[in-house]
Amino acid sequence: MSLNRATVGRAYDPGPPFDVSRQKIREFAAAIGDDAAIYADPELARSLGHRDVPAPPTFGSVISLQMGQGPRRDPELGLDYARVVHGEQRIEQARPIYAGDSLLGEVTIASIRDAGANELLEILCALSTEAGEPVCRVTSVLVSRGTAAGTADG
Amino acid sequence: MAERRSIAAVAVGEQIPARSFELDRAMLVRYAGAALDFNAIHWSEPAAERAGLPDVIAHGMLTMALAGRLVTDWAGDPGAVEDFSTRFSGMVPVGAEAPATVVVAGTVTEILAGERAVVELSVEAGGTAVLKAARAVVRLRN
Repeated sequence: MSLNRATVGRAYDPGPPFDVSRQKIREFAAAIGDDAAIYADPELARSLGHRDVPAPPTFGSVISLQMGQGPRRDPELGLDYARVVHGEQRIEQARPIYAGDSLLGEVTIASIRDAGANELLEILCALSTEAGEPVCRVTSVLVSRGTAAGTADG
Repeated sequence: MAERRSIAAVAVGEQIPARSFELDRAMLVRYAGAALDFNAIHWSEPAAERAGLPDVIAHGMLTMALAGRLVTDWAGDPGAVEDFSTRFSGMVPVGAEAPATVVVAGTVTEILAGERAVVELSVEAGGTAVLKAARAVVRLRN
């Protein structure tokens, strides 16, 4: 079945704020094999003009995955996860994500479009602080294989 | 002491030398835990097989993160990356006893206002481009 395009623009509950700790940043940096001292040393981070240790630039996508489960589970969208592969990713940072941030998310379906026999589902997760400061926009494009209208499974 | 790279020292056409990153199963498990991404195709051979994959594959976001390391090390500051985007164009299979090698290289393709440089990345595994249109906008110092 094709994805339900009436869901474009729909907003989803992102769940609770994501509290970013120094420990989580160290853990994530280690998991990508990055031993740069700045991820573990707040003084070094401050010497580079940061308020605390910054997260690696792809960390916003970790938060986006946590907050973006709504579309993936929305029966009205009709996404079959067995058909899904990750198509594209973009992370735009108004500023780095820092240890100590408590980030709120706004999760929406930005677009659904055909690409050959596939459909591309674009999910936007906008992250901001509780004070309303925009921090990061994470755009994830999921490929729904073989579900475009007019194809065998569409 | 670490310092952010100066835009004055950067020119269009500058090559960021290639680096190889080895990925083994332990790294995939570690990444799954740290990134809270527990999709079984990244650690279970039967799950990968059911999904029609040749083997367990690396998380696309792990591959993107490795590409990011080239950029953040070059920039001298991970906080310098303002915009980072890619398309996922190929899989990185990781065998139980056969680690994969991801090779990342970069080129400065544009200088923008505000001490910003555009870095385009080539990211290959097994001779195939696994990321395409991988691009970072990096804010340097003057």
